[in-house]
Amino acid sequence: MQIQIKGVRVVDPGNIEGIRDISIRDGLFEAVSEPGQMPAVANDSDDVKVVDGQGLIAVPGLIDVHVHLREPGQEYKETIETGLKAAAAGGFTAVCSMPNTRPVNDNAQITSFILSQAQKANAARVYPVGAISRNLEGQKLNDIADMKKAGIWAVTDDGMPVTDSQLMRRTLEYCKSLDIPVLVHAEDKRLADGGSMNEGLPATVMGIKGIPNAAESVMVMRDIALAELTGARVHFCHMSTAQSIEAIRAAKAKGVRVTCETAPHYFSLTDADVPPYDTHFKMNPPLRSEKDRQAIIEGLCDGTIDMIATDHAPHAEDEKQVEFDRAAFGIVGLETALALSLDLVVRGHLTLVQLVEKMAKAPADLLGINNNIMPGNPADLTLIDLDAGWTVNPDAFVSKGRNTPFAGRRLKGAAALTIVGGRIVYTRD
Amino acid sequence: MRFEKKDILDIESLSREEITYILDTARGMKEISQRAVKKVPTLRGKTIVLFFQEPSTRTKMSFELAGKRLSADTVAISKSSSSIVKGETLRDTVRTLESMKPDIIVMRHSSSGAACQVAKWVKCSVINAGDGTHAHPSQALLDMMTIQEEKGGFEDLNVSIVGDISHSRVARSNIIGLSRMGAKVTICAPGTMIPVGIEQMGCTVARDMDTCVADADVVMMLRIQKERQGSLLFPSEREYATLYGLNPARLAMAAKDALVMHPGPLNRGVEISTRVADGEQSLILDQVTNGVALRMALFYLVAGGSKNADSN
Repeated sequence: MQIQIKGVRVVDPGNIEGIRDISIRDGLFEAVSEPGQMPAVANDSDDVKVVDGQGLIAVPGLIDVHVHLREPGQEYKETIETGLKAAAAGGFTAVCSMPNTRPVNDNAQITSFILSQAQKANAARVYPVGAISRNLEGQKLNDIADMKKAGIWAVTDDGMPVTDSQLMRRTLEYCKSLDIPVLVHAEDKRLADGGSMNEGLPATVMGIKGIPNAAESVMVMRDIALAELTGARVHFCHMSTAQSIEAIRAAKAKGVRVTCETAPHYFSLTDADVPPYDTHFKMNPPLRSEKDRQAIIEGLCDGTIDMIATDHAPHAEDEKQVEFDRAAFGIVGLETALALSLDLVVRGHLTLVQLVEKMAKAPADLLGINNNIMPGNPADLTLIDLDAGWTVNPDAFVSKGRNTPFAGRRLKGAAALTIVGGRIVYTRD
Repeated sequence: MRFEKKDILDIESLSREEITYILDTARGMKEISQRAVKKVPTLRGKTIVLFFQEPSTRTKMSFELAGKRLSADTVAISKSSSSIVKGETLRDTVRTLESMKPDIIVMRHSSSGAACQVAKWVKCSVINAGDGTHAHPSQALLDMMTIQEEKGGFEDLNVSIVGDISHSRVARSNIIGLSRMGAKVTICAPGTMIPVGIEQMGCTVARDMDTCVADADVVMMLRIQKERQGSLLFPSEREYATLYGLNPARLAMAAKDALVMHPGPLNRGVEISTRVADGEQSLILDQVTNGVALRMALFYLVAGGSKNADSN
């Protein structure tokens, strides 16, 4: 199977910027050349697919480093197949799956299972993340090297933050010797105290228990200190507060090996946007204040925030159609992330190059892979139509999850074609 | 004026005119409870479901009597006797209730916003009898009714509210309602019980109890929830009583004819001393009396009536 993409504008920061023809064969990039130099092939046969790239942008396959695929155990929310297909539809060629499945991905068997299910899905790739501790209980380290051998590239405590600072220190030291990063869900559960939205005026008015910014930032500060102590690689997940960004900025300036991500909702919405008791606006960390939203955008602009991830967290409808404080945390994001992020470019906060860095290059660096569009590399590629206007309709999602706060929102920009390992896994109608 | 609201969910959604109209209607209802035969046929044939998922004595009984005095059929269900203990969701429960065609559902629930959500799920009227730490509109309205009776109005009245504002739906509803009606509301509590941004809801925060009570025309005390003691909000009842309890000495700092109010139940000797609670300035029992009239007014208005209840 061969794919030729003609006359497409390639945005691959640090590698290519300009109009190119791209040829893909047998899963790899075969050639990338100035327009018109590629040998003509018979149009659109069984063996050859020719894509007119005019008006489209080609970028290295987008990678979402924070996704909950729910399988094994909660297939009613999402399966690996539906999740990876949703990713493809959102322009992602790879996602990193969080370990809080049932059972937890805390051993090599579960890791292997996830990879084998992904193989069958014929969609985006999956890079599994393992759990730090047995059953995410924060007590005992897992056999991390064993999981690494089976295919994990990082470990995390996502959803069940490690409160024991000594366990965290040992995790960092151990992972440093294995040369894998530790992804941190920064939350002091005692400070969060069972809250369900940001601590602020909207929560006070609605009588909803608030989660203060400090519930996040105290743990960011602790783990910066531990990263400094151990020299391990620490990556902070879904940053939402001004204080966290400030701390990470200072840590980076000092040379501590930390990176971080934010999610589109943290730069698109604030707690003032939460309609009364609308559980589709409930996620953890919660939507913060306008001041925090601005700080997130600033962090993206100045490079403090390395990447954008979705924290895609599908839930069944009946887990959201309940009292606000009892509703599940989390929103889906795979199919809205690209357009919401492109809005940062439209508004002039980021250049397109910067956005590609945050959605493709920095995630690849974190994973330790090279996703340059160049001959010999696996052909993971996203074609973006910047002008595609569309309205978010949860019923049209590929994901099983319908839980989005963006229903009805007009967005601009979409994946036109997603190619994974030389196979077209998504084509926009 | 016609009262157009289908539901009474919070004070926030009631205009100054609507609040005045409710209070006017309630005043007319009060007399019915003083008759030998305490019943008018106004809501005959109407069905009211009292759906209380949290313990309640006075509020539930007050709503029940209010319904009965208007000749409505009232049915009470509680958490322990409902399918909720079998794991049914709130949405399923209320949709099931609605299928039996009640006209009004009165509900109390431990989750903030539950009544607002239910109002979207059912077509019949919903009256919020307290949802989590969000709102308790009938309590705030009966408090306003009681203040209005004694003071004639609200304009420039100094109202002090003291206690656990963070966890109090009564405080939230009163702060919004009283400030909307023109009163100046000052609140006071230890820092652990003052929620972020509360000033923007229409009150000022006093630095201590003495400042808060000074020159107050109304002192409204909130129940300290003993069950919250484990949550680090205050070290001991003794220390709380010393700093934030209303005793005769403190009351003396308020205006001479200051009114003392409390939504009950009381923790005597903690937030309020017995001498104050049972003293001449206390309106605590008048609040309870007015509660029935006020809830009769709410039933009557959401069921589609206008001000003169007794005339049809």
